[in-house]
Amino acid sequence: MAFNYDQYLRVDKMPTLWCWGCGDGVILKSVIRAIDKMGWDMDKVCVVSGIGCSGRFSSYINCNTVHTTHGRTIAYATGIKLTRPDAHVIVVAGDGDGLAIGGNHTIHGCRRNIDLNFILINNFIYGLTNSQISPTTPQGMWCVSAQNGNIDPTFDACKLAIGAGASFVARETMLDPKKLEKILVKGFSHRGFSFFDIMSNCHINLGRKNKMLSAMENLAWIDSITTPLKKWEALPVEEQMNKFPTGVLREVEQAEYCDMYEMVIASAQGKRGKITQDDFAKKI
Amino acid sequence: MAREVISTGNELSALGAFDAGCMFFGGYPITPSSEVMHEMSDLLPTVGGKFIQMEDEIAGISVALGASMAGTKSMTATSGPGISLKAEQIGLAFIAEVPLVIVNVMRGGPSTGLPTRVSQADIGQAQYPTHGDYASITLCAGSLEECYTQTVRGFNLAERYMTPVFVLLDETVGHMHGKAVLPDLEEVKAKNVTRKRFDGKPEDYRPYDVPMNTPAVLNPMFEGYRFHFTGLHHGPTGFPTEDAAQCQFNIERLVGKIDAVAADVGLDDEADYEEFMMEDAEVCLIAYGSISRGAKEAVSKLRADGIKAGLFRPIMIWPSPAKKLKEIGQKFDKIFVTELNMGQYLKEIERVTGRSNFTTLHKANGRPIAPLEMVAKVKEMF
Repeated sequence: MAFNYDQYLRVDKMPTLWCWGCGDGVILKSVIRAIDKMGWDMDKVCVVSGIGCSGRFSSYINCNTVHTTHGRTIAYATGIKLTRPDAHVIVVAGDGDGLAIGGNHTIHGCRRNIDLNFILINNFIYGLTNSQISPTTPQGMWCVSAQNGNIDPTFDACKLAIGAGASFVARETMLDPKKLEKILVKGFSHRGFSFFDIMSNCHINLGRKNKMLSAMENLAWIDSITTPLKKWEALPVEEQMNKFPTGVLREVEQAEYCDMYEMVIASAQGKRGKITQDDFAKKI
Repeated sequence: MAREVISTGNELSALGAFDAGCMFFGGYPITPSSEVMHEMSDLLPTVGGKFIQMEDEIAGISVALGASMAGTKSMTATSGPGISLKAEQIGLAFIAEVPLVIVNVMRGGPSTGLPTRVSQADIGQAQYPTHGDYASITLCAGSLEECYTQTVRGFNLAERYMTPVFVLLDETVGHMHGKAVLPDLEEVKAKNVTRKRFDGKPEDYRPYDVPMNTPAVLNPMFEGYRFHFTGLHHGPTGFPTEDAAQCQFNIERLVGKIDAVAADVGLDDEADYEEFMMEDAEVCLIAYGSISRGAKEAVSKLRADGIKAGLFRPIMIWPSPAKKLKEIGQKFDKIFVTELNMGQYLKEIERVTGRSNFTTLHKANGRPIAPLEMVAKVKEMF
């Protein structure tokens, strides 16, 4: 029997506002299937989104939802999660939202390793505002805000997440929804900050001046720039820089922020001594 | 039983928040407000509350708003530059009707200004901290006791009217150290306001489907009442809309739930102003915050010199105590206004009274105004 999405969707909000062929819908469906696999009670799920095409993500899932301001998703979600550590919090942001205006919060969300599931929908462009360069727009592409071609160096979101201390970091594309669902389940099951760099298409605003006028052409390009981690590792260095490795890039057990806060409460309530460096394996 | 304590304004503001039932603090260090945060980091975990120092001012308010959305009483504290950075999130709190107490310990500006020195130049900012139309509630503490009581009141107003509330301290009041007599804790707790909630069937829940001039009814998250928070204009269930009639209604309701209620019956039973030796006064001094303390001394000195002076001190700054100010404008020929800014509240006094013949003393140099300076200025009127 076909999967019944309706039980998780706000069906009265359909159809979505996204363009025809947009990858956001594929990611939405994959997230829903992953939630289903997790068996979460939707009353205990919160989806937080920011501004941009991805901002609409929260309004379509039938749970507790928050559409915040531009870039601040992780900060709002941190307040929700700290208040209710029993809740399952999914944060959705675009590459502009999560890496440009909200970059600082992404760094520190990763660093705290708070148990948020952060889905970066990376379509390499500001789609909603009609094609301005984002931190992931490849150099040399044409955008409305780079009329002579983009010179701004691009940035690897997963390297940032790993560097900042996220304990689960994965990259996948929306080309293979089954694989995507699997990796989402893996990250959702992980305790700590789960960072997903999910590459998606925007043939409307990235593609239109960069020879990817259809969704298929845009997806073929995404396919050409990604390769599974194992294969990527075997590539010569000069080829590695033009491919993004996919799959789970980091998965480690690391103290989670809400758990660590319990030490603060215990200390304040006299149930243990002050927190000292001895409480942590890593001293510096 | 009343409680005698020796403390500072900033610490008493934190204690007020704690006694008001605040269970979450998000913030970022900034002079001269940081002690509010220091104190909260000590107090909150003793009752299982959560404290977090965030990566910047914007995150400091965002995290606090997230906590409030989840259903808990929440707070942030900062100074003028922090409010400037938090402005966009304050707008989300206004339109999505998320209660939050924002303590602003005022310092000299604009920009980095005078970080360690006193000012009252954020009075205008508190009225319109962010873009768009809304009405702000702003309280201003003039004593150590009031750092406590006005913070408590801020929580009660925020939860009752589902809105961000500013509690203004200034650097002098915030860093003042001395004895304060606080109200009985049980009396404070008995008056604490808990957010109104909807108890019907979840499918009937329409959080923003409320009459004109009344606040939204936002249930805590994760209890079966699913809805949508957004900074966009929204309809009865919280989902975005651009319907012209709905948008107009939203704004009229946001403004009306504060301004219309304040003008009609007042926002609460607490004092919106203090009158000091006003009964037989021939000249009225108007001052608020730390400057009102010098003004009280000026009143006594003037009286000793045979001039019957009195002080009117606004406590609820926004909405302004308009009825009373209008009365004063009609009753007194001689009115003296003094503030630690270049006349931000004077504009409101002029608007409300419809007159412009005031004797004023305004300073923006980061120093308090000495009572004798006020006395000299008042005497010029005679």
